[in-house]
Formats: sequence, structure tokens, C-alpha cells
Amino acid sequence: MNDQATVRSDAKELELLSFRVGEQEYSVDIMSVREIRGWTRPTPLPHSADYVRGVINLRGTVLPIVDLARRLAIPVNEACERNVIIVARVRHQTVGLLVDAVSDILAIPESDLQPPPEMAADEGQGFVRSLTIVEGSMLRILDLDAVLPYPSQDAA
Amino acid sequence: MTSPDPMAEIRASFFVECDELLEALQDGLTQIDSGDTDAETVNVCFRAVHSIKGGAGAFGLEDLVKFAHRYETVLDEVRGGRIAPEHDAILLFMRAADILQDIVRNSRDDVQSDPATVEPTLKELEALTGPLEEEEIDAADFQPMALAFDLDFDATSEGAVDGLPTFEIEFRPVRELFQSGNEPLHLIRALTALGTATIDCDVSAVPPLEDLDPEDACLGWTVRLETDRPENDIEETFDFVEGLCALTISNISDADVLLPTLPMLPPLPDPEDAIDETTNPEFPLPDLMPSRLTLVASETAEPTTASNSDSASDIPVSTAEAPLPPAAIRPTPPATPAAKPVAANATVRVDLERVERLVNLVGELVINQAMLSQSVTESGIPTNSPVAQGLEDFMQLTRDIQDSVMMIRAQPVKSLFQRMARIVRESSASLDKSVRLVTVGETTEVDKTVIERLADPLTHMIRNAVDHGLENADDRIAAGKPKDGCITLLAAHRSGRVIIEVSDDGPGIDRARVREIAETKELISPNQTLSDAEIDALLFLPGFSTAKQVSNLSGRGVGMDVVRNAIQDLGGRVAISSTPGTGTTFTISLPLTLAVLDGMVVGAADETLVVPLGAIVETLMLRKEDMRTLGPETQVLRIRDDFVPLLDLGAELGYREPLSDYNGSVVLLITTDDGVRAAMIVDTIHEQRQVVIKGLQDSYGHVPGIAAATILGDGRIALILDPVDLMTTAKGRTRIPHTCLDLAG
Repeated sequence: MNDQATVRSDAKELELLSFRVGEQEYSVDIMSVREIRGWTRPTPLPHSADYVRGVINLRGTVLPIVDLARRLAIPVNEACERNVIIVARVRHQTVGLLVDAVSDILAIPESDLQPPPEMAADEGQGFVRSLTIVEGSMLRILDLDAVLPYPSQDAA
Repeated sequence: MTSPDPMAEIRASFFVECDELLEALQDGLTQIDSGDTDAETVNVCFRAVHSIKGGAGAFGLEDLVKFAHRYETVLDEVRGGRIAPEHDAILLFMRAADILQDIVRNSRDDVQSDPATVEPTLKELEALTGPLEEEEIDAADFQPMALAFDLDFDATSEGAVDGLPTFEIEFRPVRELFQSGNEPLHLIRALTALGTATIDCDVSAVPPLEDLDPEDACLGWTVRLETDRPENDIEETFDFVEGLCALTISNISDADVLLPTLPMLPPLPDPEDAIDETTNPEFPLPDLMPSRLTLVASETAEPTTASNSDSASDIPVSTAEAPLPPAAIRPTPPATPAAKPVAANATVRVDLERVERLVNLVGELVINQAMLSQSVTESGIPTNSPVAQGLEDFMQLTRDIQDSVMMIRAQPVKSLFQRMARIVRESSASLDKSVRLVTVGETTEVDKTVIERLADPLTHMIRNAVDHGLENADDRIAAGKPKDGCITLLAAHRSGRVIIEVSDDGPGIDRARVREIAETKELISPNQTLSDAEIDALLFLPGFSTAKQVSNLSGRGVGMDVVRNAIQDLGGRVAISSTPGTGTTFTISLPLTLAVLDGMVVGAADETLVVPLGAIVETLMLRKEDMRTLGPETQVLRIRDDFVPLLDLGAELGYREPLSDYNGSVVLLITTDDGVRAAMIVDTIHEQRQVVIKGLQDSYGHVPGIAAATILGDGRIALILDPVDLMTTAKGRTRIPHTCLDLAG
């Protein structure tokens, strides 16, 4: 699963899928996106982190849904029918990312990416891999590995 | 899936066959050990080793050929009655079988076998027979080496020169022989290795070129072989092509004088048997030229056969041949039934992946059928309408299909038990304890995946039983028990689950010591009161080990907790019961399959959940007068004269706060295999049905109290409860304390 790595090293441009969470623009590497689908009410999982909304049925497989707004601590309205699930493949796992809306597909030259400045208050919460500017506004590129909860193997 | 190299495929199937042969070998040895010294049993063992050797030769697996050859030689001696199959010898044979298995594995993985493990046993085997000459090893049947031999059409060396018996072997392959990848050249070459051979090729059946089917068998051979080897050695050469050729082996040492005249003879006056044999409609002998028909008068053939092959009667093929009528021509298949010890059912080898796919598809079918039922119900079609009735039949069919598919995956636990037998042998040898393994219920069928994933935990349990469960021989005698420890491995189907028990007849669990250790390791507090069962359960705590010395077998820091986790991952449970002085029993209880489950679909706090049916004892309506307050937040339920802890499913899973009034709620009385019970409050019971299990482990990880997930008729996911896990992690809150409202889930 070094899709991201290969894209970065081999291509001059990085293709990103940008989406909105609350009032903020985020994006992920398009290579990790499998599909985009509408909102389905997930079945909540007991004793799970608050940002894990539960699981849904994705054509016969169980897909955990991560609420990005809660994960990134962005204040939003409660999930409603307008929300979108981005199905992404991360670390051999498929997860659904709950976002407000998908905005665009962008090709950003590698050189335009800049690492996020280190901010002490966010330590251990670094979900943003790099930053860039698109049409005058800041676009955050998510580090999906960090966003995702590690499967709790110790508890298994 | 498709391998580009056909050789690799054949090789792979050879190793699959090896596994089966090894299983047969183990079986046979166990049988012999238990006193069954039937010649056929020995034969089965011999043939298994021989077939492995043959195949190994074809693939140039030298290590394997070498070991199998020695082993086979010893078994041949046993077969010939020259070595008595005593207990010690059988133990050696079993060890040899283990090593043979290792070499097979190593050969498959292209790993060099460690001579240090192989040599001692090889030496021991050799000690039984005396050293073998190298030359004999080279004579292994099928070495794929190009070899030019002279087709001596002059065929002058008729008759018995130097008084050696001469056999005439008529060999005519049928089409299938080539289709199954056999090569006559190798067979004939193997024959030439047995003695002095004169080979004659019969090309009379070859059609004109334009009519030639390149895949057909047109050639036949006549080999005159002068050899001092018994006739069954010749027959063995053709072991692999039984049924794929027309084969005649006749001793012509004395009869060759008759030969020139016989072919001219008309059919014998009493041709009944001969005709039966030669014109067997199922096995037509293709292109059998009259001029090649070797007829040997029975008076001549029988005595010579008997006198020249002293051990001929040990081979069923020979015994079947002995009463043959004058015509010694025999298509091999009619002679083989005796050679097959148990009439094996016709089986098909199927790639596990394909079965998995089928299982998944059936799972989808079940879900789909549930969706269909639901929409039919919702559309308000009356239940007596043809649609509803057809749907009912459909449901029945779905269930049948599902059961049948599950049965495809079911396999007897025998292979697993055989592996355990080996573990017992090895671990008892390294601990210098004498241990007997008794297996019960080997034919119990369990899902293949379960068998595979059970091997590790079971290995660990067996090692534990040998190491910690059984006392030393001295201690045993002091306790008035037989010197040999006994470990029983039992498999059985019980109430829709598979039970596997590992029991020993050792001293039982030393509960005082267990307690002491748990206290020193601070797993429990010193004054905690614990029941016997609770103390036993301490063994499953991580990092627990009771052996005073850490032996090299068990106690590598991997404790029973790992065993328990492995079994829980399979949806199973382990329980211990132990009686001081008489032994300890570990009971593993597993679901029959990992794919479907009979469950009760219930509602709790707006969510739909599935409770495994096996865990539910009864359902009842909650009445206020049966509830008793226990603590500030907990209550118990009085069921007849028992008090059972009361759990609110919705609250336990954090879906809602405990209700203020449960009067009239539905309660499921659930129980574990150990008899621990709890009353679980649910909001509604929807239905009882089969659900398809979808694991959560891969996509999310373990969720406390939840075993897996399933997809309901409306396409939504419902969680399947793990009642045991739920009961152990349950908080039991069914009351809200008056003072404050706790909002945490």
C-alpha cells in the first residue's frame, strides 16, 4: 500500500480529492479513494471511540465509518442525508470517511506542497501531512494513517 | 490460480497426495500398534511409503527417496514376516513416519532437511534390516533420466539361462495411461533394472498416418525378463498404472516350450472365464492381437508362480490372480478391489478458494432471501398466496443449500488428531515421560478453517497436558496409577456445537499453588475468596505458568491465555474441570461453522442485534415483583429459586441509560457452557433465523461483547452478541442512582 509514496516520487503532480468538513477544506490522495457513496445510517459499535460512527454494509462487507468532523474536532451540524462517505483504503483496511461534501479533484505539483508547521498544542494530533494553496485558500492534505484508529489487536 | 508450469501443478498434487498417504500410514501404524497385525494393514503402510518414494523419484527429491527407500525396505521385512511388528518397532516406525512427513514438507518448500534429525532414525531403521547396498537405492523405480536401451528384436535369449526364472510381461497401455502422465519408457526401464530383459515392441496396431490419433495408445510391448526377483517385484513396477493398461505377467521358465504352439490354439473349450476376462466390456483390451495372445496352461502357470514368489500370497494382487483361469491375461482393474483396504468414496479435490467463494455466495443468497421475504411481507401479500408459499419453499431450499455447502467444508478431525499424536510422542520423549494418547471421535467433522486454526492452541494444550498435567512415572506409581500417563483427546458434536476435550489422568490442578502464584504475581489480592472454578480460571490469565521450572516445551511465556484467545477468535470457549488425584479436562466448545449462526434477532434501544440461539435458555416476561435490588445500580432477577444477575442490553452496549421501569420487558435467560447465567433485558424479539457471520476483526478489530456482525434483510448491519464476553464485561447497571445522572456510556 505504498500508493501514496509511488505517486509522490514518480509523478510531478499529486492528484487529490478535496472535500469539505464543516467550513474547512481537506483533501486526500486520490489513489487511496475507492469510491464515494451516499449516507446510510450506520449501526453503532458499542464501546468505540466517539469518532467511529459505526459500521455499514458495503455490498456484503462490513465497513467502519469514521466521522472526520469528530476526529478532527471540527464543529459541524449532526450528520444528515446530505453527508457523503468516501470509501478509502488505508493500511490494508477499507474505511468510510464521513465528510460534508466532496468538492473537486485537483492536480497539485509536488513543489507546491509544504509541510505543516509544527505546533506544540497539536502534538500527537498531526492529521495533516502537507499544506498547499488552491485559489487563494489553504488546502489541507490528510494523513490517513493518522486519522484511522488502529485495529485494537491487543483486545482481540 | 492457473500455474504456468504444468510440472509445478503435478508436483503440488503429488504433495497433496503425500499428505493423504502419510495419513494412511499413520493410521496403519496405529492399527498395528493396537494389535491388528493383518497383512493388509502392513501392506497399506508399505504401499503408502512406496508411493511416496515413487513420486519422489519422479521429481528427483533425493532426500525423500533415500529415506522412503530405507523405510520401505524395513516395512517390506515386516510384510514378509521377518521382522515382528513389536511395540518398540512400531514406535520407531511412527517416528520414522514423522520424519518422513518432515522431509515431505521440506521437499515441498525446497528446504534441505536437517541430517541431524534424519540420520539417527535412518540408522535405527537400518539396524533392523542390516545395511543396504547403494546399488539398490539407485534402483528406485522412476528416476526421470534419459536412458537408451536396445530394442532387441532378435529376441534370441528365450528360455531360462542359468536357471533364472523368466517372466514374459505383456504390457499394452490404454489411452488413459498417457493422459495421467505415465510414461511406458520408465516402466520398461524399471523392468530392465530387475534383470536381463528382452524387449519386443508390437507396432501392429499402429494405424496409417492419416488415421493416427496422436493421443491414442497404439504400441504394446512384450518384455522377457530373466530375474531372480519374485513376481510381485514386477507387479510393483506397474503399481502406478493399474487399470491403465492391459498387463500380463506370466512365468515362462518352464512353459516357454509351449509358447510357439499355443498362440495357434483355438479358444479353449471351456472359455467362460477366459471370455469374461478378455472381453470385459468395461475394460476393453485395445488392439489385442491374436498373435500376441499369450496363453499359458493353468497347470503350468500356477505351480511356478507359487514356487517362484515366496511372499506372493502377501500381495492381494497376486492372490487375486492365483485362481485365474487358463488365460492369464488380466486387465488390472478387476484384480484391484482387494488391494484397496477400504472402499474409498469417490472424492474430488477442490481448491479451498473455490469453496470459500461458494460459501460466500450462499451467504449472500441467504441475505438476499431474507430481503425478499421482508419486502414480500411489507407489500402485504397474504400468507396463503402462491408467492408467500413459493417463498417458503425457497427459504427451505436456501437452508438446505447452505447446510450442504457447509458440509463441503467439514472435515474429520482425524488429521488434526494425528498431528497431536506426534506432539504427544515428541513431548513425552523430550520429558522422558511415558504417555499414551487415546483418541475418541476422530470422524467428527468440523469446518476446515476451524481445524486449521485449532492446531496451534491444541498443540499447546497437549504439550501442557504432557508437561504439567501428568506426573512423573515415580509419582504415578506412588499414587497407585499405571506407569504410563494417559491423555485422551475427544471430539464430539453436542447440541449444535463441536466439543473437543483434552484430558489427562494426572494429579489435577494444584489449586493452592495456583492461588499462591496468582498472589505472588499480583493477579489476585491475598484475601480474595475464590471458588474452585475461579481458581482454575486463573490459568487463563496472561503470563501465568505453574511449572516450577520453565521447561523447554511449554512455558515459553506463551500461556493458556493465548490458547483461550485463539479459541475465542474462532467463536469458541475453553473450560477447565479438574478433580484432585484423577486429572484435568480442558473442554473446547466451538461453533459448527464460522459462516452461519442460528440466532434470535432482538431489538434494544433502537438497534437490532442478534443473540446466538445456543446461548438462550428461555425467554420470559419481566415482572416487577421478581426483581430484587442488589447494589445502588444493580438488580437481580428471581427465576424460580435462583437469583440471576439482571443486565440491560441497551445499557450494557452504551446505547442508552438504564430505564426507570422494566416492568413488562422481555428477558432472555442466557447461559454459558460453564453454567453461568444472566438475565438480559431486550426491548423486543423480532424473529429467529439463520444469519451469515461477517467478521469485524478484519475491518475494525475486537469489540467487547460483540462476536461479529451480520447483514439483515433490510441490508443493514446488525451486531452479533458474544454472550460470554458480554457477561464477563457487563457492568450490570439497571438502576439509575437517585443522586446524579451518569451520562457516560
